[in-house]
Amino acid sequence: MSRVTSAAPAPSTVSHRGALPAAKLGVTLLLCVVALAVVSLLSLRVGSIGISNSDAWHALFHFNPESYEQTVVRTLRLPRTIIGLGVGAALAMAGAAMQATTRNPLAGPDLLGVNSGAAFGIVTAVYYGHLTHPLQFVWFAFAGGLAAAAATYAIGSAGTGGATPVKLALAGVVVSSLLSSWLTALLLLDQQTLEVVRFWLAGSLAGRDLATFTSVLPFLMVGLIGMLLMGNQLDILSMGEDTARSLGMRTGRVRAVVTALVVLLAGAAVAAAGPIGFLGLAVPHIVRLITGPDYRWTLAYCLVVGPLLLLSADILGRVVARPGEVQVGIVTAVLGAPLLIALARQRRVAEL
Amino acid sequence: MMARSAIPSPETTPPSVRFVQLGGLAFRVNTRVLGMIGLALVVLVALGAWALTLGSFRLPLQAVIDALTGAEAGDARFIVRDLRLPRVLTAAFVGAALAMSGAIFQGLVRNPLVSPDIIGVNAGASFAAVFWIVTGQPSPLLPVIAFTGAVATTAAIYLLSWRGNIAGPRLILVGIGVNAILTALTTGLVVRANIYEASRALHWTTGSVYAATWGDVRVVAAVLAVLVPVGVALMWALRVIQVGDTTARSVGLPLERTRLALVLVGCALSAGAVAVAGPIGFVALMVPHIARMIAGPMSGSVFIVTGVLGALLVLGADMVGQHALPVGVPVGVVTGAVGAPYFLFLMYRANTRV
Repeated sequence: MSRVTSAAPAPSTVSHRGALPAAKLGVTLLLCVVALAVVSLLSLRVGSIGISNSDAWHALFHFNPESYEQTVVRTLRLPRTIIGLGVGAALAMAGAAMQATTRNPLAGPDLLGVNSGAAFGIVTAVYYGHLTHPLQFVWFAFAGGLAAAAATYAIGSAGTGGATPVKLALAGVVVSSLLSSWLTALLLLDQQTLEVVRFWLAGSLAGRDLATFTSVLPFLMVGLIGMLLMGNQLDILSMGEDTARSLGMRTGRVRAVVTALVVLLAGAAVAAAGPIGFLGLAVPHIVRLITGPDYRWTLAYCLVVGPLLLLSADILGRVVARPGEVQVGIVTAVLGAPLLIALARQRRVAEL
Repeated sequence: MMARSAIPSPETTPPSVRFVQLGGLAFRVNTRVLGMIGLALVVLVALGAWALTLGSFRLPLQAVIDALTGAEAGDARFIVRDLRLPRVLTAAFVGAALAMSGAIFQGLVRNPLVSPDIIGVNAGASFAAVFWIVTGQPSPLLPVIAFTGAVATTAAIYLLSWRGNIAGPRLILVGIGVNAILTALTTGLVVRANIYEASRALHWTTGSVYAATWGDVRVVAAVLAVLVPVGVALMWALRVIQVGDTTARSVGLPLERTRLALVLVGCALSAGAVAVAGPIGFVALMVPHIARMIAGPMSGSVFIVTGVLGALLVLGADMVGQHALPVGVPVGVVTGAVGAPYFLFLMYRANTRV
């Protein structure tokens, strides 16, 4: 009984819980930026070879090619950190936008199949088209991600009741497992491709080419800036289709723009680092604990907290299995999936 | 007892349903569905016989029959009895077990899009098996390890979904989460392994009945022999659960105990199949839909139809993978590549109908 009474006013009180006044939100955001700077520095320093602060500093600003430590920073740690910054921001913002447009707490680029669609697109392009340059296969990542998201959403929202969390999550998992079975078929036919692709499929920031990242960077920037400008629209859209329409919004057009931005972000992220799961699901939830329901702040926080958590997970992956490493995609799944389980155990979500 | 009579109302009972009295027990028997089972079994036997004739050493049907009856003693007898028959039987039994497991899980959570591959049961088996493979442990124990992995994972999913009761949606989402964790960990193992072990692990996780032995046949046959009767006996309870928790309780069904029994049977069926053949995808998801489409809502006899259709599907897919393609591919690739698009269509329809 008590549960019923406490759940009744949920929509207004729960979503505003923890929301701070704008000034405090700004200060907290600054603190997050500082934390991100610290974690980025750690990302340059921590690993199988420890790097001192001064070596990291010199590698960045007074690079001395003679120094082994500085070369490590320049050629390995710096690309990895830069890719982590971009990919973390992209996935987190894509997740926040998907949760707003679908009004679904379980939405995210991975659960909706965008990541596996992009991965499938890239592997197909590499296997059949023998494409090698990222600028060529990034288009396949976008196409695959878009197709997978469209299929998931079409299936998950079919029927009465529209896209409930359970229907959408199931459709996403089935689409992903379908794509992964096709992917496996490709890989079984060719051990060579398996050898190349298996590291990439695990989702990792290590050993990634900075050239890949720079070639998808324009798409990423368009996605990030475009999404930051969509905060107002997402706020209105997250109130529901009817409310948004009655406020004069052309919901179809806005949804199309947001979806295009999501695919840009997630596709670029997958092309740069491989499929990294659960970041897009988890970060918006964590961020909303601070910002409340205001999507303008949520997106700004995602931009900072996404890379913060991704780099932290990456550093954790370097530390736990020394001298080897655990791919960051595995760390995020192992840490992020429990959040999904916790969400599922909340009465509100499971009963939707 | 009450529940059995509660479901069929005279107006909705199709004309093919007869009531059979056996001592103190009365059964509804749908002759149409029984006919389907008979027909499907005939097709299955014919397909199996055809499979026995195929291979790099082609045999005429008469030679196969002679080899089976013992009239023929030469190479053909060895090829048929020791090489081809175990593979054919394993494919059929594994298909039946997977499909029936899918039927149980779909009914249990009242969602037609669920199967042991989606909620993590098979991922548990895969993780355990891949761990076993990449650490170079003795392969004879592999089935045991895979079975244990599936059962342990199911126990974890069940406990994590427990909140005073087992609600379908919660079980699904928890299962998806557990599935994600185990899949990530399996990927982690594959990445760290050397390429040969990685390739072997990938083969295993695709699902294959290649090089099946009589030992494999015995394992799955034993699982089916024990669990199919239990499954059939539980089907009336599954039908009551379909109607809703309140109704199920009001007709006196011990809801959570029944659910636990169903989870155990569904898990063990899937685990037994996966233990010998690896997680062959989409069979558990797809076949119950086909069975319901042609035979009607799930019941004891439709459950059997599901099993026979599953056997047909996996046997047929294995024959395609083995003989019809330029390179031999594991059966799991065929069920995934061919079955998945068809399933997407089914899924769309299932959602629009619910």
